[in-house]
Amino acid sequence: MTRKTVTCTINGKRREFSIDVRSSLSEMLRGEASLDSIKHGCDVGECGACTVLIDGRPFNSCIYLAVWAEGKEILTLEGLTDTKGTISDIQQAFMDEGAVQCGFCTPGFIMSSIPIITSDTPASREEIRKQVSGNLCRCTGYENIVNAIEKTQKKRIEERKGSGKK
Amino acid sequence: MRETPIGTPIRRLDAISKASGTQMYLSDYRFDGMLYSRMVRSTVARGRIAAINMPPLPDGYYFITHKDIPEGGVNELYMIKKDYRCFAEGDVRYIGETIGLLVGPDRGVLLDLEQGIVIEYEEGVPSISIEEGLACKGGPFVGDRNLFCDFTIDKGNIDEVLAKAYRVVEDEINTGWQEHVHLETNAAVAEKEGDKFIINISCQCPFYVRKSVAGLMNRPFEDIIVRQTTTGGAFGGKEHFPDILAGPLLVAVNKIGKPIQLVFDRHEDGAFSVKRHPSRTRFKTALDKDGNILGMDIDVVYNAGAYESCSYVVLQRGVFHAAGVYTIPVTRVRGRAVATNTFPSDAFRGFGAPQTLFAIEVHMCHLANELGIDPLELKKRYFNKKGDITVTNGHINDTVVLSEMLQQVMEASGYAQKAATYKPGSGKGIGISFYNHGGAFTGNGEQMIIKAKAKLHRRADGIVAILVGSTEMGQGLQTALAKIVARVLDVDQDRVVYDNPDTSCVADSGPTVASRSTMIVGKLLERAALEMKERWEEPGEIITQAEYQHPEGYPWDQSTFQGDAYITYGWGVCAVEVEVDPLTREVITKGVWSSHDVGVPIDELVVKGQIHGGIIQSLGYAAMEKLENTAKKGFKQVGLSDYIIPTSMDFPAQTATLVHNPYPYGPFGAKGMGELVFNGASAAFIDAVSRAVDTEIRSIPIPPETLTELMKHGA
Ligand code: FES
Ligand code: FES
Repeated sequence: MTRKTVTCTINGKRREFSIDVRSSLSEMLRGEASLDSIKHGCDVGECGACTVLIDGRPFNSCIYLAVWAEGKEILTLEGLTDTKGTISDIQQAFMDEGAVQCGFCTPGFIMSSIPIITSDTPASREEIRKQVSGNLCRCTGYENIVNAIEKTQKKRIEERKGSGKK
Repeated sequence: MRETPIGTPIRRLDAISKASGTQMYLSDYRFDGMLYSRMVRSTVARGRIAAINMPPLPDGYYFITHKDIPEGGVNELYMIKKDYRCFAEGDVRYIGETIGLLVGPDRGVLLDLEQGIVIEYEEGVPSISIEEGLACKGGPFVGDRNLFCDFTIDKGNIDEVLAKAYRVVEDEINTGWQEHVHLETNAAVAEKEGDKFIINISCQCPFYVRKSVAGLMNRPFEDIIVRQTTTGGAFGGKEHFPDILAGPLLVAVNKIGKPIQLVFDRHEDGAFSVKRHPSRTRFKTALDKDGNILGMDIDVVYNAGAYESCSYVVLQRGVFHAAGVYTIPVTRVRGRAVATNTFPSDAFRGFGAPQTLFAIEVHMCHLANELGIDPLELKKRYFNKKGDITVTNGHINDTVVLSEMLQQVMEASGYAQKAATYKPGSGKGIGISFYNHGGAFTGNGEQMIIKAKAKLHRRADGIVAILVGSTEMGQGLQTALAKIVARVLDVDQDRVVYDNPDTSCVADSGPTVASRSTMIVGKLLERAALEMKERWEEPGEIITQAEYQHPEGYPWDQSTFQGDAYITYGWGVCAVEVEVDPLTREVITKGVWSSHDVGVPIDELVVKGQIHGGIIQSLGYAAMEKLENTAKKGFKQVGLSDYIIPTSMDFPAQTATLVHNPYPYGPFGAKGMGELVFNGASAAFIDAVSRAVDTEIRSIPIPPETLTELMKHGA
């Protein structure tokens, strides 16, 4: 078993791990960093429950080798809660819109929605559906998830307008 | 009471932990010294085990089989009957039957060991399909006919009616296997605390798990404590199936003495878990010369797989729903559950009703085609009304508001105009379906079998704890029950708490199945809360309890299946519009509209969430969730790239409405609804596709390649 050291930034903090070179990023994050919001729905890249952001882009962490994370910035759902324990607007919207049922898909969906809600170009409901189509949910029928993302996207665009940013 | 209606949404009790990512599921728990395990399963569908050749086991690794069952224990998992074995012994009946459990500290080593095991079989000839099972291919292995059960219910004399009919229309409708695909796979950790066995498990029915393993372990119920862990979806797939994990794990823990985890990977969860029963429903419908339906002879067969599990009960529900929402003057319904060498079929949202409801809806469309009228016109003539006689010679007790619901769906969907303008075969179609779902256990099962209890505890800190065995699996039950209690007590919502049940602490409120939990357990909690409210001024802790009382005046005979199979039903109407690509036969769903009667919704957001999810699951069942089974390999489509469930792209936004129709025996007028919302969309979809391509469809699922075949060769 070959081991290797991986240094990366996780939820804003620089971390270093010694890992088996065969391990996936999700194994490293769950096993070494106890970031258990990352779920294993399939472990083969088919369900999106393990989605994290790597340098701002969503990836299925179960099929991303941990060694590839060297030097990268990784964001997980845990990183959306601020130091005072306040959750972010997108998490709040998932709660308010009834987008959470069994919750097993929820972390992955929220992570996949971040590029949408941080973009300056508003996405239509169709485009939202397309962008999260790699995430499976068996409970909600997706409707309320799309509602939550759409609402947060609108709110953020308004906020950016208000603060004078483009 | 407060001003706002009960249905006004509140924040789900479990929303914060789930949205913040702090919610733990089974595989997130780590126990000191915890070992891992992998199931070793049969790779043949039928045969005798000639030899099990094991690779050498390193220190600290074990292979647990039926030989390790504790003294006095029986090799059984007690579900409805005691026919299900914990471990195969001598012979195997299906691909995936548990032979043993490999246990050890390293998962990689377990995988290598598993690959090194060679099991030799003397193979028999398996039966896989309903036809093969009925024909006793390879010789019968259950009784002399391969039938777990076979029963018939008559209303009037169907033979006479068929004999004097102007014409008889025959039909056959088939449905396939369906996999639950709860996103969290099956998972459990067993351990020992003192001399008690603890099983932490993702499940619907902790008391079922306890019951199933007590005989195996030769222990009284109290020695086995089941703790439900937050369950990432279930849909019936975690009703009896967790027993299959719990049994071997407990046998292993008894031998090894350390906590042991068993978590299925996705492939295992697809290939080696229970499924919805495939079905074959045959109709002989007697018509007079004006096209009136005089009677129906309905023959229902479900493929039960290799063990009975709950198939008899599933079949009963199928049979009792066989005439759908229609009052047919004379009926005979025969039900058979046939044994085959496939993974046992089991509970799945709808519990036998979706198959026959689909069949009757499709058959009604075929009758309408024969008569040259719009299916809706035919269906409307036979709608159930209060007081009508059911197929079990009981009564419809509900005030049925299907017409009002139909009106809502017609207006929202533009059904009338679309049905008139989309010509058959034009590539465009709109379909409509009607369905119901009998509330709670069949007949007097709640009174005779379940005998539910519920407990409330006002603790010293003033917080009121709900102590019931009913479970949250995503459907929103914690929220619904806590809302009922807070309402009755007139206290803030956050003063009512409801943790995942532990069988050593909570009252047995019955299994979380049959859409019974809000309606039955909610009512018990309402009563317990009313008593607590009266005693509210008492100092210190208060505990109140309620036990199930069956309403008077709804006779049922379980030995003859005569009487009121259900006191009440939930009701539904669904319309689906499609466009079919003339070249690829890809079906694009353009709209989905529904109306449901759930009595009074306890929380509209929760109810709408169930509707959206149930309808998409039902559309998947009809449109894409193809699951084949072969004698050599078992289930064929097992990963999520082969077994296709709907994504966010497959179906459009839904319009869902509710009617207000309070049920007198439900809490705040509520009825069950979790299964109802699965029961009808598949038929509306098939109606729409049939019209769009002007071809009768008699079998689901119907992915594009199947549709192409069908249009080439006819139904
Ligand atoms: S667990 Fe990674 S995609 Fe399913
Ligand atoms: S909420 Fe259960 S899978 Fe999405």
